[in-house]
Amino acid sequence: MDFASFKNTGKILLKDIPQHDFDRFRDVLAEAINLQNCRVGALFASTGKLYAILIDPAEKSFKAACTAIGNSYPALTPHIAAFHWFEREIFESDHIKPEGHPWLKPIRFENAPQPGVTDYFTLQGNAAHEVAVGPVHAGVIEPGHFRFQCMGEDVYFLEIELGYQHRGIEKMLLTAPAKRHTHLIETAAGDSSIAYALAYDGMAAALAQQPRSKLPERAQILRTLALELERIANHVGDIGALAGDVAFLTSSAYCGRIRGDFLNMTAMLCGNRFGRNYVTYNGVAFDLGNNKLPFLRDWFERTVADFKNAWQLLADDPGVLDRFENTGTVAPEVMRQIGAVGVAARAAGLDIDVRRDLGNIGVYDKLVWQTGLKRSGDVIARLKLRRRELRESIRMVRALFTMLESNAASAAWSEDAPAADGNMIPEALAVTAVEAWRGEVVCCGLTGADGKFKRIKLVDPSFHNWFALVLALRGEQISNFPICNKSFNLSYCGHDL
Amino acid sequence: MIKALCARLFQKYRTNKFPDAPPNLPEHFRGRIEFDRNDFTDEIWQQTAANCPVDAMDKEKVCIDLGRCIFCGKCQQINPAIRFTSEYRMGTMQRENLLTYGHSIQLDEQLDAGIKALYGKSLHIRQVSAGGCAACELDFNVLNTLAWDMGRFGIKVVASPRHADALLITGPVTDNMRTALLKTYAAMGEPKLVIACGACAISGGIYYDSPHAAGGVEGILPVHLYVPGCPPHPATLLEALVRFMGRRQLDNRA
Repeated sequence: MDFASFKNTGKILLKDIPQHDFDRFRDVLAEAINLQNCRVGALFASTGKLYAILIDPAEKSFKAACTAIGNSYPALTPHIAAFHWFEREIFESDHIKPEGHPWLKPIRFENAPQPGVTDYFTLQGNAAHEVAVGPVHAGVIEPGHFRFQCMGEDVYFLEIELGYQHRGIEKMLLTAPAKRHTHLIETAAGDSSIAYALAYDGMAAALAQQPRSKLPERAQILRTLALELERIANHVGDIGALAGDVAFLTSSAYCGRIRGDFLNMTAMLCGNRFGRNYVTYNGVAFDLGNNKLPFLRDWFERTVADFKNAWQLLADDPGVLDRFENTGTVAPEVMRQIGAVGVAARAAGLDIDVRRDLGNIGVYDKLVWQTGLKRSGDVIARLKLRRRELRESIRMVRALFTMLESNAASAAWSEDAPAADGNMIPEALAVTAVEAWRGEVVCCGLTGADGKFKRIKLVDPSFHNWFALVLALRGEQISNFPICNKSFNLSYCGHDL
Repeated sequence: MIKALCARLFQKYRTNKFPDAPPNLPEHFRGRIEFDRNDFTDEIWQQTAANCPVDAMDKEKVCIDLGRCIFCGKCQQINPAIRFTSEYRMGTMQRENLLTYGHSIQLDEQLDAGIKALYGKSLHIRQVSAGGCAACELDFNVLNTLAWDMGRFGIKVVASPRHADALLITGPVTDNMRTALLKTYAAMGEPKLVIACGACAISGGIYYDSPHAAGGVEGILPVHLYVPGCPPHPATLLEALVRFMGRRQLDNRA
């Protein structure tokens, strides 16, 4: 058996994960990823072993395999490009060297004396010049450092240095008491709190000694509603931000305000605009009384109408569309090779979405919806894909409202003792993947013989996708960087953890 | 052009009435904490404090640090005598004002006359994310949207620290952002103000014991204004800024 299979929100005992010698490990991974349409969920090292978690849409399950490694091993990246960032992480965090990795340098500068002080890929020549941007940017955004290698206005290469937001969440989770876990996870990327909370929730529940009783249907509906509202708010915000970056200020101003309305709907569910503290172990912190449903519904419909109006202005303006078309293009095959996920991948024709490919989260299997796809892989594809996904999410939210209506309201589901306090199923691995608005968030938890976490691995969609932005800039002009960047809108903190 | 005008009519005027009318806060909004020490026993307090995810509750002194609090509501679940009120106004210039012993939290007075004379009509802000989860940045950005329109009060985000009156810092000050933060501060002209926005910047918040972050701005730069929350609600931040500039007195509704 090459791999052990298990479902989303499921677990597997470590002894049941097939351990291969290294060459075989590499070959089965290469075959699954390069030939069988599997994609990378996570790659991490723990206690002398290298674990690979793949997502297999054909079987609607995760696939796991491992191999024993010492202080170094022959890099997988030359055979499977999608591992390149993971191997740099392993090199930096676990001090294990993937020999022969084409570009081995830190990704978070967690041990370096000075972040961003490193050798950069440079361009030589008379007209060659370098532009350095960040970590403090002109707008109100997170820190990151960008190095453009240019000839005139043309960018030949962009190198992105991150790590400024590194807080050590994965490490903190191993020592912090269980009472802090969900709150810490929610701040992995503050704009995807619901997705992260759900990913952690599924993982922690799978490892609980005492199996969790089935979540009430109503709680599942509300969780799904919160996740879709998160997606809607962020997609609307991104569309507005893209309009703003080409100085189309009408749509930008409206979308900025409309995004706030959707955030306020999340606040109506739980009191916090980002959905903090909403997901609890037994469901959600507050029920939405059915007497409030008509108000929320009406507010939602009015806001959707406002958004459609703001979108139409943008979509009808040839000047705007011209700026987005054929800008920042990444070919589908390249996106597949580097392991891109989420919005960016779907905009380049990769039909991936863990809501469908893995399921088991919320009530998606009871909703009628489609994964959106665009083929051209440029800024306009990423823009239009967001519009497409909004259409589906809006349909889903309407259906969720109807489901809530016919589902008797109940008291809130307060939190029981969380699963995580040192009393979990020993020597097991649990993985949960949730389709956040950027793409899939993967949360892996591995326990030791003592029933405590030995390793928690979080994979943000941005972790896969930052390199796609690098490729999108090749051959572009520097002036196109803002719209390329905004069309991906990747997370710095989710990458840096 | 005609389409834009039609859209403008359709979208209507949407800037909220704040500060003349109170902001529209959600039902479950968790604002400033209140409790009466006589409503619970020492034992209950100990138990509540032990369950605080960020250890913001002092076991001996029976006090809650709103500068550390992430407003999760856990303490209220365990000890219903602790109430999260709908009071969103929490910005203060004194760190100790964020320590609440029950009812007696004090919001402070005005800026001194000198600062008010300088910044009363316009405050130009440079923001630095020094770690954190980006939620504070997102909700600060919201003040720039037409829903809040902080430009009405002369508050503006500027691109360069050279043009800034105040530095608004979010995040616990990660080791990797420390140098950049200090350089940004050094680049500002005198006089310069520092605003610590959110639990992380005030005290480290959820990351208070992070191995890779400093636990807030305190001790790294002098702080003039503290705005608690995780993240602070836009109303909390805007009210604090406007009051800080001396543009609005604090009306002390009981």
